[in-house]
Amino acid sequence: MTASLNTNCTPDLDPGVSYEQGPRELFCGLTGIVWLHRKMQDAFFLVVGSRTCAHLIQSAAGVMIFGEPRFATAILHDRDLAGLADCNDELDRVVAELLDRRPDIKTLFLVGSCPSEVIKLDLATAAERLSRNYLGRVRVASYSGSGIETTFTQGEDNCLLSLVPEMPETSERRLLVVGTLADVVEDQFRRIFEQLGIGPVDFLPPRRAESLPPVGPNVSMLLAQPFVCETARQLIKRGVTHLPAPYPLGVEGTLGWLQAAARHWGVSDEALTLATQAPVTRARKALEHYRPRLQGKRIAFLPDSQLEIPLARFLGSECGMQLESVGVPYFDRQFHGHERASLPAELPVSEGQHVDRQLDRIHAVKPDLTVCGLGLANPLEAAGLRTKWSIELVFSPIQGFEQAADLAELFARPLLRKERLAV
Amino acid sequence: MELTVWTYEGPPHVGAMRIATSMRDVHYLLHAPQGDTYANLLFTMIERRDQRPPVTYTTFQARDLGGDTANMVTSMLKETYERFKPQVMLVGESCTAELIQDQPGTLAQGMVANGELPVPVVPLELPAYSRKENWGASETMYQMVRGLLLSQVPPPGTQRPERDAGRPPLVNLLGPSSLGFRCRDDVREISSLLSQVGVEVNVIAPDGASPQDLLKIPEADFNCCLYPETALLTCQWLKRSFGQPFTQTVPIGVGATRDFLAEVAGLAGTETSDSAGDSRLPWYSRSIDSTYLTGKRVFIFGDATHALAAARIAHEELAFEVVGLGTYSREFARDVRKAARDYGVEPLITDNYLEVEDRVTELQPELVLGTQMERHIAKRLGIPCAVISAPVHVQDFPARYSPQMGFEGANVIFDTWVHPLMMGLEEHLLAMFRDDFEFNDSAPSHLGHQPVADTPQPVPAPAEDGDVSWSQDAEQELRKIPFFVRGKARRNTERFAREQNLHTVTLDTLYDAKAHFSR
Ligand code: SF4
Ligand code: SF4
Repeated sequence: MTASLNTNCTPDLDPGVSYEQGPRELFCGLTGIVWLHRKMQDAFFLVVGSRTCAHLIQSAAGVMIFGEPRFATAILHDRDLAGLADCNDELDRVVAELLDRRPDIKTLFLVGSCPSEVIKLDLATAAERLSRNYLGRVRVASYSGSGIETTFTQGEDNCLLSLVPEMPETSERRLLVVGTLADVVEDQFRRIFEQLGIGPVDFLPPRRAESLPPVGPNVSMLLAQPFVCETARQLIKRGVTHLPAPYPLGVEGTLGWLQAAARHWGVSDEALTLATQAPVTRARKALEHYRPRLQGKRIAFLPDSQLEIPLARFLGSECGMQLESVGVPYFDRQFHGHERASLPAELPVSEGQHVDRQLDRIHAVKPDLTVCGLGLANPLEAAGLRTKWSIELVFSPIQGFEQAADLAELFARPLLRKERLAV
Repeated sequence: MELTVWTYEGPPHVGAMRIATSMRDVHYLLHAPQGDTYANLLFTMIERRDQRPPVTYTTFQARDLGGDTANMVTSMLKETYERFKPQVMLVGESCTAELIQDQPGTLAQGMVANGELPVPVVPLELPAYSRKENWGASETMYQMVRGLLLSQVPPPGTQRPERDAGRPPLVNLLGPSSLGFRCRDDVREISSLLSQVGVEVNVIAPDGASPQDLLKIPEADFNCCLYPETALLTCQWLKRSFGQPFTQTVPIGVGATRDFLAEVAGLAGTETSDSAGDSRLPWYSRSIDSTYLTGKRVFIFGDATHALAAARIAHEELAFEVVGLGTYSREFARDVRKAARDYGVEPLITDNYLEVEDRVTELQPELVLGTQMERHIAKRLGIPCAVISAPVHVQDFPARYSPQMGFEGANVIFDTWVHPLMMGLEEHLLAMFRDDFEFNDSAPSHLGHQPVADTPQPVPAPAEDGDVSWSQDAEQELRKIPFFVRGKARRNTERFAREQNLHTVTLDTLYDAKAHFSR
């Protein structure tokens, strides 16, 4: 697994994207476990890390989903740091304990963290060994969700990347949709593709990690999320054809996204229009409801989920918001370039973070709405600014026609609230 | 390596953050990767702080590791000082940085020595692979106080001068901190109690104190160690160094508050007076509608301070029966073990949530007093519950005044503990009358679990599920039993049936079992 990630390379001097370096306030890739474990119902995520890692997932998940979730942390202690051989034995013991408790687990992800990486605990080899030991019962994969390698949603990229070599080979003509979508959104897309005669359609991640979708030279791929870059590159290496498209946010984004598949499948534009007419009309009408509230309002994005650029495109072009600045954790020209190009050239777009300077700018510009991480929202609100915290955007169904208005509503709500509150 | 599902405490640097965030004019430089910044949301979301915690993270990445991460520390120290101009800087590292051994504390001290950093530095070494959050908070508070006051410590053997009779006794309140359980209101309650008995508060720390304030600590005649988890170490050092005695009783509950006031009077050299008022708890507890509280079986788990206090209140002030007592604070395990022995129960010293869950399931108490974690356990098992201790959730920062300490705290505790029981009773009545058209079980339950009537019990099914079945009349009879004991009745009956080699529970089996198990 050669996950060469953006955070590890020198930045491109992309036109229209500046680079900012300094203290960050971003989650690490472990956070992805919070939605990945819900998506893949037969998978368990075992972080090999520290108490900090355990505390991070617990805090990000909120204390709402107590009970026995399908994730846990193998917390390293002083004695584990003494010698590596010992560490592998310990890991085997912990995995045995876990699988004993949870006979329902079919796929186990060993998730690397900063501590496991700094002590060079080789989880890939451990996963191979454990896969052999539990052959026929559990498949064991590994990936890094560490904060020194990944930011926030990149954890999903690494998780999916670890599955690519396991995906079976096919010569069939199929469509693969890559990046977690809420089940309800998946079902909507499935229906539209069916109407268009596009298929069979697979989704990665699948609802059951046991049944991985097949790949091959006749498989083409749509990206549902902008943060699955390395997975996409690896799938391309396995012969998959990438269908460049806007990300399916908003009516136009979704339409462009479907169109990419339709054209590749030889579906006529007329047929596409016909199949999407009803939902498009419905969505445009629903959006109209929020447009007056959002129109002309100034919005700034702090880097967080990697969804910032396509969101800015949707809020600018479909909701009439005035874009002030857009920050992203990292910029990948191959998979983000076209979305950047759809934003005004003069709009400041920055990659990376210096959180204090970015906040200085927010305080100076005073946007009507600031999209930011969870830790920053209340202090900004207290300073009189309205915020939309972005982790919700990763957890909620926001893609597709039927969700376009819901997405707009997420941004309209803080503004409405401000208007209503008289205290 | 230890398999962990949920943790009661964060890593020790989060404890240090709690101290830094509690104080004014302090900034914490933390050598840590970006993901560790999640900890900010504990303060801004859970506690609804209106400021970012005063913490700057170096957020080094993999690509920096080969290079000069130490350099990141020094340049960020300068930048952070320039931006925030704190009176004191805490400098430390989280788990990952501990492994790369840049020793940020030493680096910062070096910069202070050669004039590059014009601010006092308190270096923190908080071993992340063996210690936890409360230890980190305690150690940070101690290092901070000691670091600032060391130069003031008189030579050993120096007597504390007698208090000038014209000056009221002065006391410091030590331990209240950010993310602590109800600290904000406890401090207000205790300050007002003390002022009613003529004792003046000198410094409250860490909450709201600046380093300047800490310098005034030795001026007080004695200290109140309000939260031993955070402040005991500091109080012990102040006693050794400045001859300042400190209170041993944590004033949670009526009895403990009275003991605390007596202790205060002793240390202040004043008369014990009852001018501090009293609580309604004693009368409410005696009034006849509290009779049904007698012998309620209660399971208690939390940090040591709150668990111990809760056990005393439950036992002495509400006449409950303590059936389980435990803590995740290993540092105070000895006290909890001793108390558990006194109540005749097996102590549970663990930070493994699953063990606590097993114990609650096994004991089937009628009330659980615990943390947010136990609240979830209790919710799943359909047992009434009240939260008494950190780790906290946003609900543990109520808008209204609701201390745990002092006489008002005792009032709050009476209400919060008795309410879920009383509501449970009310639901029982509702269920009894459910055939009346006005009442029905689809009414939403305040306990958060499913409506009572025909839903499957949230109680986990017995391990050998399926080997005992219920006859229809027995099943119907079972439903007439109040829901909060129904799970237990079902399990006991099934156990009884199994012991008797019966495959079907009949009406007779149900009552045979009841007779068998009745105490
Ligand atoms: S395009 Fe992005 S990922 Fe690729 S080398 Fe440049 S900075 Fe790195
Ligand atoms: S940043 Fe690293 S150490 Fe911190 S929680 Fe994430 S993986 Fe764990």
